Amino acid sequence: MLDFPPWKIAFVLLISFIGMLAALPNLLSDEQVAALPGFLPSSKLTLGLDLQGGSHMLLEVDSDAVVAEQMVNLEAQIRDALRAQRILASIEPQGRSIHVRVRDETQRADALSVIRDQAVPVGDGQGFGGVLSRNIEVETEDNGLITATLTEAAIRSRISGAVEQSLEIVRRRVDEMGTREPTIQRQGADRILVQVPGLQDSQQLRSLLETTAKLTFHMVNAQGDPNRPPPGFMSLPSQDTGEILVLERRARLTGENLVDASVGFDESSRPVVNFRFDSTGGRRFADITRENVNRRFAIVLDDVIISAPNIQEPILGGAGRIFGNFTVEGANNLAILLRAGALPAPLTIMEERTVGPDLGKDSIEAGEIAGLLGLSFVVLFIFVTYGWFGLAANVALMVNIALILGALSTLGATLTLPGIAGIVLTIGMAVDANVLVFERIKEEAIAGRGPMRAVEAGYQQALSTILDANITTFIAAFLLFQFGSGPVRGFAVTLGIGIITSVFTALLLTRLFLVIWLRRRRPQRLPI
Amino acid sequence: MLLKLIPDNTHIPFMKIRSFAYVVSLLLILASAALFFSRGLNLGIDFIGGSTIEILTPEPANIGNIRALLEKLDLGDVSVQEFGEPRDVLIRFQEQPGGEEAQKEAQIRVENALQTNIEGVSIRSTSFIGPKVSSELARDGILAVSLSVAAVLVYIWFRFEWQFGLGAVIALVHDVLLTVGFFSITQLDFNLSIIAAILTIVGYSLNDTVVVYDRVRENMRKYRKMPLPELIDRSINDTLSRTVMTSLTTLIALFALYFFGGPVIQGFTAAMIWGIVIGTYSSIFIASPVLILLHLRSTAFIGDEKDQDSDQDGDGNLTKVPAP
Repeated sequence: MLDFPPWKIAFVLLISFIGMLAALPNLLSDEQVAALPGFLPSSKLTLGLDLQGGSHMLLEVDSDAVVAEQMVNLEAQIRDALRAQRILASIEPQGRSIHVRVRDETQRADALSVIRDQAVPVGDGQGFGGVLSRNIEVETEDNGLITATLTEAAIRSRISGAVEQSLEIVRRRVDEMGTREPTIQRQGADRILVQVPGLQDSQQLRSLLETTAKLTFHMVNAQGDPNRPPPGFMSLPSQDTGEILVLERRARLTGENLVDASVGFDESSRPVVNFRFDSTGGRRFADITRENVNRRFAIVLDDVIISAPNIQEPILGGAGRIFGNFTVEGANNLAILLRAGALPAPLTIMEERTVGPDLGKDSIEAGEIAGLLGLSFVVLFIFVTYGWFGLAANVALMVNIALILGALSTLGATLTLPGIAGIVLTIGMAVDANVLVFERIKEEAIAGRGPMRAVEAGYQQALSTILDANITTFIAAFLLFQFGSGPVRGFAVTLGIGIITSVFTALLLTRLFLVIWLRRRRPQRLPI
Repeated sequence: MLLKLIPDNTHIPFMKIRSFAYVVSLLLILASAALFFSRGLNLGIDFIGGSTIEILTPEPANIGNIRALLEKLDLGDVSVQEFGEPRDVLIRFQEQPGGEEAQKEAQIRVENALQTNIEGVSIRSTSFIGPKVSSELARDGILAVSLSVAAVLVYIWFRFEWQFGLGAVIALVHDVLLTVGFFSITQLDFNLSIIAAILTIVGYSLNDTVVVYDRVRENMRKYRKMPLPELIDRSINDTLSRTVMTSLTTLIALFALYFFGGPVIQGFTAAMIWGIVIGTYSSIFIASPVLILLHLRSTAFIGDEKDQDSDQDGDGNLTKVPAP
């Protein structure tokens, strides 16, 4: 175990050297890092949100709403298809099925084939290669009832589509906020994780994410009774005046026709939102305004009327503005929402953690102080206990810390506060392998072996113990990584990396030091 | 002259007091269970849902006033406590009926009440965990701890005799139970990072146990005729200075974290410190004597004929030997 061929020495020193180089950028300022030659590693540790401050939000797509909308669409589709064939039937939704009863028994076969024609193949939302299934299952019963049921595959595929679409819209909205390096990713079947570092105010993010932003334009029925809207009409509250207005249920235009929205100011310097339609929308907007001069036109966002201006004259340019008693911030948020588009279904915030930048800074400072103090005491303690052997272990410990920082920087792992705790803990535990070996060497020396033989036997005997002990701890770290979330995962990562690097430094680096020392000095007695 | 905490040749008869250790541990476990069922844990919002808000006030905070202010909001159970220093306050309130929406609305009300009534207050951090996520986190936490205990059982079983595997797991369960008892008696916030602490304790305690077990196995080959209690005593004494050294260096690092690492990880560090002490105790007084209870016999490793001799020339053949 004591023969160290040159290639092995080179390997151990090279790994240590690379580790230290990779850790180096963390000690330098950003300008110094930028000035480093290109062949040197330049990535710094990524700080977790708990250290640099920021917001973490876990959102869930409302899948019930997605399914409900899917049912409404299916019902309308079947109704239209039957009407086109002049088949009279009663159609009603029941759970996830549409129940159809044909009035005239002779048309039943026709109805059945019309409904069967509505079925289209869908992907099952689980990627390629799956067996294609149909979106609806059509069955008929003896009593004349025809049922069309949404399949699981159809629902899964629709929800998956809604999550993808929401992901894109959330990304656009967060990007519009002008924050740096947000993380937006899908999690599981129906969740979206949003992490925005360095955010001061989580309330704006919260309101941007929770607004569906479904924009619709409706004509107002000035004669309608808000308490009893006539069929085809609905009553909605108005945000700016507080009155309740009766509107046509049918939207004349929707946000889908918008191409741009921005904040502007009216004549008395109140903030407004300017918007522009695409060509179809512009044409339709011109028609509506031409036909309805002197009537009120309501702009509705998520079932609340933002404003309901009177149409003074036809608006032909395809552009308009919303006056809504806004604050500048409110107008800005609405413009962002309109530009980014509507979410396909409401999002609910399931979990939110926000840390202010000051607290993050304090945590880093506290972690550094604790780390340095812990390190100094451990180093001192090891030195007074093991003397020159201890010195070798201490140098290996420093290299070990550099390796951990270097590995974390290179892997792009995130350093969290529990992660710092993991490093400090590793400082305490890393010496364990060295201690095992040293104690073994001491025993062998006491048993009467010469220095060379004692060191060799010490390493040999301690090897399997070191491996067993570290593999078991590694299992715990691995499971923690699998089941943990957020900062706890950061802890698992540092613990796991720390185990690998401390086994490396104890088994190879410290041994290299000892072997070089033994070869040079050829001592008669071990100073241990 | 080097520092020597543990003399080179100790002969402490640990196994003589093993019955006493069993009784002490059994009483501690019963007390932990009783505390757990009567007093329970101070479960954090990670596991029961709810919100926390940490604020920093310009003057030392008046906890009573803040509590009175928040009680007016009618949020049910609100806890207000100093967090690390007198200007730092942690506010926690339970899950509101009405799901995620109601919870968030309550949080905004609290934030607004604080900002309008306390001049110069700054909100340092806020967390909100909805009921769905908290129950998932609780499930994952329990799963992680149980799986790690199971994985370790399998690993040790594979590397040693079954008695060692069972012994290690008994010691681990002992450590986990006593840690839960510790959290019940101190009422420290039991959150996600405590699960991390428990898993690290599992890893550490096992590390300790494996070192002693490795030595027991080795000594069983060396001294075939030695009675088990004596053999275990010898193994513990052989590894004693390592056990003490490693526990001390780890504790030094942990105490540095506890006193200087800030309030956010204080609970985590407290759990770890307790766990290191308990883990060290359990590998000596639980994991080792349990081998006697489980009737591990020195003959377990017979079948490897040349072991005794080869060990003498320093060939520490510690790989697993198939059981006869």
